[in-house]
Amino acid sequence: MNKKAIDERRRQAAAEWEELKKSPLPLIYIGAASCGLAAGAADTQAAAEEYLSRKGISARIIPVGCIGPCYLEPLMDVQMPGKPRLSYTNVSPKEVPGILAGFFESGEISKNHLAGHFGNGDFDGIPRFFDLPMLKPQVRVVLRNCGLIDPEDLDHYLARDGYKGFEKCLSMTWQEVLDTVKRAGIRGRGGAGFPTWRKWQTCREAESDQRYLICNADEGDPGAFMNRSLIEGDPHAVLEGMLIAAYTIGASQGYVYIRAEYPLAITRLKKAIGQMREMGLLGPNILGSDFSFDIKIKEGAGAFVCGEETALIASIEGKRGMPRSRPPFPAISGLQGKPTIINNVETLGTLPNILRNGAEWYAGYGTETSKGTKTFSLVGKVRRTGLIEVPLGITLREVIYDIGGGTQKPFKAVQSGGPSGGCLSEEFLDLRIDYEHLAEAGAIMGSGGLIVVDSDTCIVDMAKYFMTFTQRESCGKCVPCRVGTRHMVEILEKICDGKAELADLDKLEKLGQTVKSGSLCGLGSTAPNPALTSLKYFRPEFISHVKDKRCPAVSCKNLVIYRVIANKCTGCQRCVRVCPTGAITGPRSEPHNLDQSKCIKCRSCYEICRFDAIAGDAIIIES
Amino acid sequence: MSKDGFSAIVEEFKGERGDLIPVLQRAQDLYGYLQPDAIRSISRWLKISENEIFGVATFYAQFRFHPPGRHHIKVCLGTACHVRGGEQILVMAQQRLGVKTGETTADGKYDLDRVACLGCCALAPVVAFDDKIHSQMSVLKIQKIFDEQKSD
Repeated sequence: MNKKAIDERRRQAAAEWEELKKSPLPLIYIGAASCGLAAGAADTQAAAEEYLSRKGISARIIPVGCIGPCYLEPLMDVQMPGKPRLSYTNVSPKEVPGILAGFFESGEISKNHLAGHFGNGDFDGIPRFFDLPMLKPQVRVVLRNCGLIDPEDLDHYLARDGYKGFEKCLSMTWQEVLDTVKRAGIRGRGGAGFPTWRKWQTCREAESDQRYLICNADEGDPGAFMNRSLIEGDPHAVLEGMLIAAYTIGASQGYVYIRAEYPLAITRLKKAIGQMREMGLLGPNILGSDFSFDIKIKEGAGAFVCGEETALIASIEGKRGMPRSRPPFPAISGLQGKPTIINNVETLGTLPNILRNGAEWYAGYGTETSKGTKTFSLVGKVRRTGLIEVPLGITLREVIYDIGGGTQKPFKAVQSGGPSGGCLSEEFLDLRIDYEHLAEAGAIMGSGGLIVVDSDTCIVDMAKYFMTFTQRESCGKCVPCRVGTRHMVEILEKICDGKAELADLDKLEKLGQTVKSGSLCGLGSTAPNPALTSLKYFRPEFISHVKDKRCPAVSCKNLVIYRVIANKCTGCQRCVRVCPTGAITGPRSEPHNLDQSKCIKCRSCYEICRFDAIAGDAIIIES
Repeated sequence: MSKDGFSAIVEEFKGERGDLIPVLQRAQDLYGYLQPDAIRSISRWLKISENEIFGVATFYAQFRFHPPGRHHIKVCLGTACHVRGGEQILVMAQQRLGVKTGETTADGKYDLDRVACLGCCALAPVVAFDDKIHSQMSVLKIQKIFDEQKSD
């Protein structure tokens, strides 16, 4: 297919997209990304289908990607002919008939579970969806299509100016594209924040007959799912970005290295790649130009360290995913010894927007040194969890309170950058989120995981959690990482068990510095960050564990006990039934007994007493 | 390893060194785990020693070397799941199944694994029963799921 043909197809797609907006057929959109499905979107969709067929109504059901506010899943939007699309939230299957009946039977739109509309201006006193508190402060650049288009329909992407950025690129020289990306100022979104253009230039200028481009979709950082959502919601954006990058660096073969844990994302990528091939957007002489490029998918086999560039390359080559020392950098000698560029999913997904709208437009967002927007997965104890995109330079407070709605219990900390990042206390709430400020505070931007914790979370336990994670994922090649992380875990375990001495805290700090400076790759050299920042900003909490043998968050298992308050217990026996070890006994209507020696502190009795029992709070946990 | 299954895999790939991991993944898809037979056949085909193949396979968490149970239970312990009580859910699953993480129940019905992460962090904590992800779990909810499963 040549340029003219794709223009024609886009024109048609755009017309159909407009049609769709004015569709004579009612449309029902279901948020069907992994998170939506986990919340029960498939059952919601089935309920909608069942309702339509039972009533003999013809309407079209369109599954879409993630629009962001995961806490509102499952989402079901209804669009009647000539009316704006209305978004219903937390729609369980049993709510579906009631909502749909409002549209198809009574004509009285149900306001229950109704969150907003997607039209312009005012509609019947209903707020615009994008004016909701969680969405209003956001700027959707890379996520612009997520949740709005059918990710499996290429025409939807084309209708929203899809592949226009790449077409523009074809009319430019590689130097001009590079210069555009340089002026846009985008830095690698995978974590380290290295300027994208500089890496590209090194690769392009390296003497070679073959260059490779790899899209790093090995999103191993626990607590982060931005890349998954983007691929699931708008796979063509990432693939178009790959075309742009490959054109600039002169690569003829590309790979997407993606985690096997993301089956839906893999399915959508495969489908999208097939569509590209049909359209002549992959293969020899793309759109009649002299640029040829193809993409293969490589599924990761479960190793966090493979997010590191040289380990990822080893894994694609069929070896153990162990990093090697650099230089030479992959941009000069990478896959099969050839110049190789590895870009993160989000970096690539942003490129079409930069090419289409211009470098200055993109650079208009963000700060002097950290330009543009960044996606984050805002999770943990905030009220409104989900996927967000904000201009860099926004403060943590704006993200956690304005977008996330704050925490129910008192805010304690925010962890940025996952196992390589840091844990920041309340005093950092006004910190601007950009590469420099986060690094100064001892955290990192990372790939974009933001985990908010409240007074119920023990900081020592969280540091132990991250340390245990990196220790398990250490590839074992270098001693500081292999042995050092192991010792750090042991010290943290001792602290959590109330068996540590004050000297252990200093030991932990010293060891952390050694691991940081002595490790071979990024995994080891950042692994101590969570422990070191926690120790720096939350030292009193460590000291309570060590000196008083108390866990202030009442969370460390070996420092808490469960007790039945005799005068509150009504003897309803609900806790007796859920206790898996038979630790709670007692006849009906009499206060129950809890045998500490049998108690495994699983929390079942506590939960059932608070949510289901007659007394309500007869079981307490103390430290 | 059956001849048919193996020849189907052979047809899909060029037989290059870089195919090793995808080939192992396909073999595991086919048989549920990496049988010694399968590794032997792959070794001869790709001309990589069995030792080296084991070296590669054991590096990655995805590969199994024992027959799996009929149902897979994966408790997510990503950060968001951890801070929302994933650990306790894992303890409960271990308690109910009488196995440790990475083991299969004696009747071959369930595998229990911990993973980080399933990428549904906003709905933490989550547990995957086979391909279905259960969100916003609690120790009570997982007990209920086990109670319901028992009947089948």
